[in-house]
Amino acid sequence: MAKGIRDKVAIIGMGCTRFGERWESSAEDLMVEAFMECIEDAGIEKKEIQAAYLGSHFDEVNVGKAALPLALALKLPYIPVTRTENFCATATEAFRAAAYSVAAGVYDIVLALGVEKLKDTGYGGLPGGAAGGTNAFMIGANMTAPGMFAQLATAYGKRWDIPMDRIKDAIAHVSAKSHANGAINPKAHLRRAVTEEQIKAAPMIAYPLGLFDCCGVSDGAACAILTTPEIAKTLKKNQDIVMVKALAIADSSGEEAMYSNWDGCHFVTTRKAASMAYEEAGIKNPREEISMMEVHDCFSITEMVTYEDVHISPKGGAYDDIMNGFYDLDGQVPCQVDGGLKCYGHPIGASGLRMLYAMYEQILDRVPEERKVKNARMGLTHNLGGSPWMNVAAVAIIGKD
Amino acid sequence: MVGICSYGGYVPRFRLNRGLIYGAMGWMNPGNIANARGEKAVANFDEDSITMAVAAGIDALKGFERSKVEGVYFASTTMPYKERLNAGIITAALGLNDQIRAADFSGGIKAGTTALLAALDGVEAKRLNNVVITSSDCRLGKPASPQELIFGDAAAAFLVGDEDVIAEFKGSFSITHDFVDHYRGEYAKFDRQWEDRWIRDLGFDQLVPEVVNGLLNKYKIKMKDFAKVAYPCQYPAARQKLNKVFGIAPEAEQSNLQAEIGEAGTAQSLVMLVKALEDAKAGDKVLVVSFGSGCDALYFEVTKNIEKKRDRNGIAGSLANKAELDNYTKYLVWRNTLPAELGLRGEEDLWTRWSSLWRSRKFVLGLWGGKCKECGTPQLPPQQICVNPECGAYDAMELIRFSDKIGHIASYTGDMLAASLNPPAIYGAIEFEGGGKFYFDFTDCDMDGLATGMAMSMSFRRKYYDQKRDISGYFWKAVPIKEVE
Repeated sequence: MAKGIRDKVAIIGMGCTRFGERWESSAEDLMVEAFMECIEDAGIEKKEIQAAYLGSHFDEVNVGKAALPLALALKLPYIPVTRTENFCATATEAFRAAAYSVAAGVYDIVLALGVEKLKDTGYGGLPGGAAGGTNAFMIGANMTAPGMFAQLATAYGKRWDIPMDRIKDAIAHVSAKSHANGAINPKAHLRRAVTEEQIKAAPMIAYPLGLFDCCGVSDGAACAILTTPEIAKTLKKNQDIVMVKALAIADSSGEEAMYSNWDGCHFVTTRKAASMAYEEAGIKNPREEISMMEVHDCFSITEMVTYEDVHISPKGGAYDDIMNGFYDLDGQVPCQVDGGLKCYGHPIGASGLRMLYAMYEQILDRVPEERKVKNARMGLTHNLGGSPWMNVAAVAIIGKD
Repeated sequence: MVGICSYGGYVPRFRLNRGLIYGAMGWMNPGNIANARGEKAVANFDEDSITMAVAAGIDALKGFERSKVEGVYFASTTMPYKERLNAGIITAALGLNDQIRAADFSGGIKAGTTALLAALDGVEAKRLNNVVITSSDCRLGKPASPQELIFGDAAAAFLVGDEDVIAEFKGSFSITHDFVDHYRGEYAKFDRQWEDRWIRDLGFDQLVPEVVNGLLNKYKIKMKDFAKVAYPCQYPAARQKLNKVFGIAPEAEQSNLQAEIGEAGTAQSLVMLVKALEDAKAGDKVLVVSFGSGCDALYFEVTKNIEKKRDRNGIAGSLANKAELDNYTKYLVWRNTLPAELGLRGEEDLWTRWSSLWRSRKFVLGLWGGKCKECGTPQLPPQQICVNPECGAYDAMELIRFSDKIGHIASYTGDMLAASLNPPAIYGAIEFEGGGKFYFDFTDCDMDGLATGMAMSMSFRRKYYDQKRDISGYFWKAVPIKEVE
């Protein structure tokens, strides 16, 4: 009987570039930058890496297909390198593949790296591309990401009978909190604090989401080196070790999109993935046991409903938790402690590993006092790729050994 | 008895006040003031002659079992395709059988009545029955031309058959002349015309009497026997003269709707015929005449069955559903007359894969979804494995038509980031009455008027235009259902 991933894999090194409009850096440059930080942290030599996984999403914009770009950029010596792609869960998929190959006992030391170069498109927002297949444009509405996720807000208002101005208040606080966290993080893309009034007064992108309800579209890379707990203990004598506690993924079955029993304002997948992750990690009461989170705040409304979907806020109760500062940096479960997708930035294929990096540096107490989460033992990360009605959700939990 | 069994009409929602056009372009051609009264109907950015013809066809088929239709004739001089049967697209959009005869009629402006005659002849010869004939046009005049002011966009449709006839076909008379009043060459976007005085004095003054007298003599009938006479002529002086020559009483003259719609090309006579039928009563004789490269004159007698077809939206219904297009340049951009920056996002390559469209034609063109034979769950697009998690039946889908179902808004947004010729791009989730849902573009609406729960109907629209390959792609959009008084 399978027992899951809990405590079978250790993270011995992580790296993450500064995210942002990295006009000076290619995808290859970003991979190298993240990797150099990571391998130094791990304290190993490159030749000790036995396998690697590369996560990248918009292959047509920059890196191309396959995993070769990683092998070529890092000059990996003829080892197995594999590319993962699963929308915004892409980097978590690379991490998951690496963790499973260690846990399976196939390899001792494995690299997972996610990268995305989005700022070579020539316009704002994500590229359209052929995410839904080559024929999506024939039948799909003229949608962009903000418009897909904006519909969570109209549906949420209907489901819980909350007027739009109150939803706007709550999501403005969500964004203001992330801006406050991003402003003090030197690696974040957007580093300016903004007020809730500024957020609410911003130009409309897709009703009811304004400019500040949307996350940054950034370039960046992040990576991790994984090994067995035994090897980690020999490499990191007398040091805290960060262990993988849970890795859960759930994909839509078509039910939300095609079967009329979904309220349009929650993520069926996130709820399933979170439940699976808590089970795997042995967490009974997430509201008490999770120290901090990095959730998929592609848009402020996504973060709001996700608080409920990861079973931290009660259903319909996100508004109260948000307004009470529950998720602020000094709150009970600080969320987006590094600025989140909102301000740290969202290079699709790197985001899952960037979130893990944020949890990792908190657990190892490597952040300056002003950014510190108190008693950071157990961190949850969450990615959501696709649209509210058709998506992949990934939940990872890492914690102190 | 052979004749018209049903009628339908469609006038696009947007109306452009001719004063706005004159205000913008009158400086160049001050004489256009003569044509600057009233408003013209303007197709939305996602409408063309095909989509308007489909809308009129759906109206005409209201309450009729569509599987009984045996033919589709489409008349227009502004068809999106020179090769690819335009009537074939309309056939698929109307959700008709594949085993039918379909044809495009074009060339002269009289093609609309010629298509109607072809349908009537086919039914009379018992070669086929229940033929949909639909006609529409979106003709363009150059900015500052009289045609820009005069032309309007509209569509009409009829069901022609031999059962429950509402207007019996009594006979016709046709003339054909290579009289070039207006023309467009193979690559022309804009209409060109010869001198108005010549069109009026030789064309309308002589050719219309030639065809009308031909018909009157052939059937030994007098003009005063007609309760309604519909003939197209946008020159007010020429109309007055013809009314006088023929002795057409004011109440018998069918308005050409120049002040409300504009000259609608091949659809003009047929739009007037629809309007005449809307106002007709049993026993009325109706004369309809077309003009353009010759003339057709058709003679009908209205039956008591007309009372059963009063629920069409028709021309009167669509005229009542109107929104003012308060911006002349918007009209120019929508018709691709004024190049406008859509943004780099709008330059994405849309490569239509015909083999793929062929596989999904039932869904894309006809909006046929699936209904599980095991559990009854409606779903779209049609699925191989039933989406109901309690069912999951394999290969148990029957096709059902969603294009005539009513849906309700479950969620929606107005998107300023999406590349659109009419921003914001409005779209959202539609849940159909009886089950099934899909995310559609919304059209013919503004953000202000929308709310979750609102009832929506489906409308066949041009989904995209691939400029590089000259491809108009079609799909369905959701339109708010308006209560029209």
